[in-house]
Amino acid sequence: MTDVRHSGNGKPRKQIHLAAHFPGVNNTTVWSDPQAGSHIEFSSFLRFAQIAERAKFDFLFLAEGLRLREQNGEIYDLDVVGRPDTFTILAALAAVTDKLGLTGTINSTFNEPYDVARQFATLDLLSGGRSAWNVVTSWDAFTGENFRRGGFLPQEQRYARASSFLGAANELFDSWSGVEVVADKTGGQFLNTDAPGTFAIRDEHFDIQGHFNVPGSPQGRPVIFQAGDSDAGREFAAASADAIFSRHGTLDAGKAFYADVKARLAGHGRSRDDLLVLPAATFVLGDTDEEAAEQAALVRRQQVSGATAIKFAEQLWNRDLSDYDPDGPVPSFDPAVGENTIAKGRASVRMHTDPVATARQWRELGAAKQLSLREVVIEVTGRQNFIGSPATIAATIDEYVQADASDGFILVPHITPDGLAGFADKVVPLLQERGVFRTDYEGSTLRDHLGLPAPRVRDVALTGGRAAS
Amino acid sequence: MSDHLHLAIALDGAGWHPAAWREPAARPRELFSAGYWVDQVLEAERGLADFVTFEDSFGLQSTGFQGQDHRQDRVRGRLDAALIAARVAPRTRNIGLVPTAVVTHTEPFHVSKAIATLDFVSTGRAGVRTQISARAVESDHVGRRRLPEFGVDDLDRTDIRAVVADLFDEADEYVQVVRRLWDSWEDDAEIRDAATGRFIDRDKLHYIDFQGRHFSIKGPSIVPRPPQGQPVVTALAHSAVPYRFAARNADVVFVTPVDAADAARIVGQVRREQAAAGRSEDTVHVFADLVVFLDTATESGPDRQARLDRVDGTDYTSDARIFAGGAVRLADLLASWQQAGITGFRLRPAVLPNDLGSIIQNLVPELQSRGLFRTAYEATTLRGLLGLPRPANRYAATPEGALV
Repeated sequence: MTDVRHSGNGKPRKQIHLAAHFPGVNNTTVWSDPQAGSHIEFSSFLRFAQIAERAKFDFLFLAEGLRLREQNGEIYDLDVVGRPDTFTILAALAAVTDKLGLTGTINSTFNEPYDVARQFATLDLLSGGRSAWNVVTSWDAFTGENFRRGGFLPQEQRYARASSFLGAANELFDSWSGVEVVADKTGGQFLNTDAPGTFAIRDEHFDIQGHFNVPGSPQGRPVIFQAGDSDAGREFAAASADAIFSRHGTLDAGKAFYADVKARLAGHGRSRDDLLVLPAATFVLGDTDEEAAEQAALVRRQQVSGATAIKFAEQLWNRDLSDYDPDGPVPSFDPAVGENTIAKGRASVRMHTDPVATARQWRELGAAKQLSLREVVIEVTGRQNFIGSPATIAATIDEYVQADASDGFILVPHITPDGLAGFADKVVPLLQERGVFRTDYEGSTLRDHLGLPAPRVRDVALTGGRAAS
Repeated sequence: MSDHLHLAIALDGAGWHPAAWREPAARPRELFSAGYWVDQVLEAERGLADFVTFEDSFGLQSTGFQGQDHRQDRVRGRLDAALIAARVAPRTRNIGLVPTAVVTHTEPFHVSKAIATLDFVSTGRAGVRTQISARAVESDHVGRRRLPEFGVDDLDRTDIRAVVADLFDEADEYVQVVRRLWDSWEDDAEIRDAATGRFIDRDKLHYIDFQGRHFSIKGPSIVPRPPQGQPVVTALAHSAVPYRFAARNADVVFVTPVDAADAARIVGQVRREQAAAGRSEDTVHVFADLVVFLDTATESGPDRQARLDRVDGTDYTSDARIFAGGAVRLADLLASWQQAGITGFRLRPAVLPNDLGSIIQNLVPELQSRGLFRTAYEATTLRGLLGLPRPANRYAATPEGALV
């Protein structure tokens, strides 16, 4: 009998990390499905988290956007619009879960380190050490219009500020070592120091000093995620993140990305195990591969309606195409060059680095396969990463991880809140049989689940009442 | 309105007396854990309190107004109040949850969405207490601006009065922004119209386009309108400028009278400011804050206060009237202040859990027997408990949009 716990080359098989991305405000989420539930009621988050925890996932992941998206000067209305406050939902989920990690996306541009550090230290204490922070940056004046300082940050400085911000937050997290609270009733000593939380930070972006007011938390610092894909983003991750949330979910792109970021670690004095690579991944599960393929095509058509196809084309062509027929051919003219002014609050428009060339590819694809504009958009955008029977998907995920295309996946279901139930019930047991996914949680903190070292020794007694109720 | 008065419990650390954490029943090692806070709020909920408040600050607690006292014998350190409230929400059913938001150092956009989300998480039990921070040590923690160092004795100086007035002016704009953002989605904006592919009716989302001296905020919120429409806004006020701020912006004003006559005077002042703000038709509660040391089976309230003072080494003082005694006398006091126009009370237990327990076990039944307090929760939202109607949306063009 073959021992599936070892890969062919004798190396021990890597353990897979799995996370649950709450469905987001883009067209991956099929809100029109009869099964689709609320994106704002807490009951949806509760159910989603409980499915993930039942399946022993490492963590739940919440995205964030600080201004509603717009296109053609109007609020974009074809996708889910609106979502709750990240910290508030994660703190509430800490009450209804015991082990699941709680990862929140929080912007480093439109916040201050003292405030964010207070909130993550609090979340870590209230969850018994399960918090994680996906550090994102933004610079656009569009988002800035919702905040005191407006769009104050030049694009080229966004990672410099993010790096300073994270450094400042880390100094705040570290300003309590975890042993200060002694609470000795008879001796009358609450603290063993007269200056807890002392810090002083002065650099190009911050000039702050004083005393941090949240005692040390179980993890010391939240687990740090980074999601940017640029060279600066990868360097930022290699220097200071515990995990990368990437978008390279295919085998070849994943391997290339994985090799790239792992190679950067040594330059920052870190080992290859210090940074996990966790791409986002969509999936469609069926009883058989054929059924899954049919279902996947159906989902793609739900995700890309005619109206959505026009909006995607407008993002590429950088102009109004509302009179265009999505069931007709790809537009024969070239996109408007220059700054993209049609869509705001959306990262994807920045990925069209050469719109004229991309439009040409779309036209050629349409001509070669006799596809309408909508069919081309379906073809070129967001095909699901994993399509197949439970056995096929389990084998594929295992193959990707063992081939160093990733250390696991952040799964993005297309149905809220039950889109992970099938994966949890049918794929997870197969991964467990293969010996590559936990059958129960071994530790209690997110660092434990991810196999990341604690930043330093903690006083366990301080948090002895952790998340008790 | 009924004869009932309203009760809120002010939660802070181990209680309001600085030596509270040394009492036998105190749980000082758990002040930074979820279980402690869940237990306190469940106790207040057993007593049918309207809501609990959670104190907060952007710095360590300290004895004086400025600087740090570096004392090691008192509770120092706290958790973010809004996150405590969120952590407690799924474990409670009826009680309102009112965390403090320090408006001087935070973004109205963030706080608006946090409180709106707390309202979703608690299905309509969220409020917020808006508080300025005038401490230089706290402004140094944020670094966006530096406030001058001054003491309570300096509050009459012209330059310091201008600084404080400006902080309240900023707070005033802040609450306007928060309230507009709560209304920036009409209740029926989410349509999920599969036929047209539209998730929302974008005509029912509104830019707030707020332009003030301190803020320029576009909107709309990223969070839909919360269940209560407008979560409950509260503020503590001690003098003319904050009375005006609170009367303009809050649903519940916490004040600190020393006796019934003072209560009548303060209520009159708040009501005049309320009228001046054009809010005469609105329900605005005026709650009196009281620190309470209640009698126990073995020790009178005054004896407890004196003993705790000896333990701490100083005589406890407070901005609020300190009551030490039995539940019957406390009920007498509440009833007489109610006659002076006070509509509710925010009780600050000197010791947790002791004084909170006494409030629930002794004061509440006494008030109930006098017909002054509810015997069961009569509403499912905090606005409902406070007799506040669900407000129309200021941006709704049609009654349908306002009322769904």
